[in-house]
Amino acid sequence: MNWQMLTLVGEDQPGIVARVTDALYRGGCTLGETSMIRLGGNFTIMMMVDGGQSEQALESLIAPVADQLQLKFHLDSMHGGLHRHRVPNYQVRVNGADRAGIVAMVTGALAECGFNILELASDVVGDSAKPVYIMTIQGYAEAEMERLEAALKPLAAEEIDVHVSAIETLIG
Amino acid sequence: MAILEILKLPDPRLKEMAEEVNRFDEELKAFIADLEETRQTGPAAVGIAAPQVGRGQRIVILDCSTTKKPVENHGHLVLVNPEIIEWEGFELGREGCLSVPDYTGNVIRAERIKVRFQDPQGEHHEFEMVGFEARALQHEVDHLDGILFIDRLVSRRTDLFQRKVYQKGSK
Repeated sequence: MNWQMLTLVGEDQPGIVARVTDALYRGGCTLGETSMIRLGGNFTIMMMVDGGQSEQALESLIAPVADQLQLKFHLDSMHGGLHRHRVPNYQVRVNGADRAGIVAMVTGALAECGFNILELASDVVGDSAKPVYIMTIQGYAEAEMERLEAALKPLAAEEIDVHVSAIETLIG
Repeated sequence: MAILEILKLPDPRLKEMAEEVNRFDEELKAFIADLEETRQTGPAAVGIAAPQVGRGQRIVILDCSTTKKPVENHGHLVLVNPEIIEWEGFELGREGCLSVPDYTGNVIRAERIKVRFQDPQGEHHEFEMVGFEARALQHEVDHLDGILFIDRLVSRRTDLFQRKVYQKGSK
């Protein structure tokens, strides 16, 4: 397989996924892992695409539909492939009054422990007068829980509420 | 003893309702021995259900005594005709499955359950289970009803919005 990473972003509306993937399907492409989510009224897509064609051919396949839906898109040929999942062993939950630097502080502390973020989702919720930042991180680290907790402890002084828990993945 | 073949998605037999066991004989014990050997051969599974090896009967093996971080558990259990009769609370947790290789995802399960079952001799028992063991049993009983954990996946945002509900004790 010769995967390319296709990124599409634009104002959200019904039918984006259907029309983009239909164009790819008709063009002989297969999809690999994808991430699609609405962020701030935009719809964002990142997906692994392979049709065995050149970047230019893929580009001309997507351009018309992206144009119709007013999406910006970007293509990168990528290394890697399917079946490279890594199972997280830690979950970190964060919340606090919204302010600049929460993500940088939390992930900086985790990075010092060799923590590999596998998935991160964050949101600003509450009302616009008193916005609250909420984030969940799932990742993998060799470090013991105590070390992660110690690294995150200084954040309490910044009034950021951080909670680490071990994930024991159940196989049944 | 024999290692049995584990059925994998999309095998339709994984979606079938399993039948009750009513013969507690030597054949059943021999099958349970094979099922246990199969469970131990693959990736570290805390449980296995008979439909996963193509036997459409209500038989489950569970052993949560060997998790990396110890959890409350009843040791090695063989549960025949298990029936969950009480549920309480709910909790998000990550699951994978011998029948769905290379994939794990988040599922909501009851946090505390009461299960009624028979042992391989046909004797009746009733246990209360909490946390990880309760989750494992719900995963296995689902197999008996033709349900896989991927039928119960929740969105990655579910946890963000409902986190206060799941979070317990620690703060």
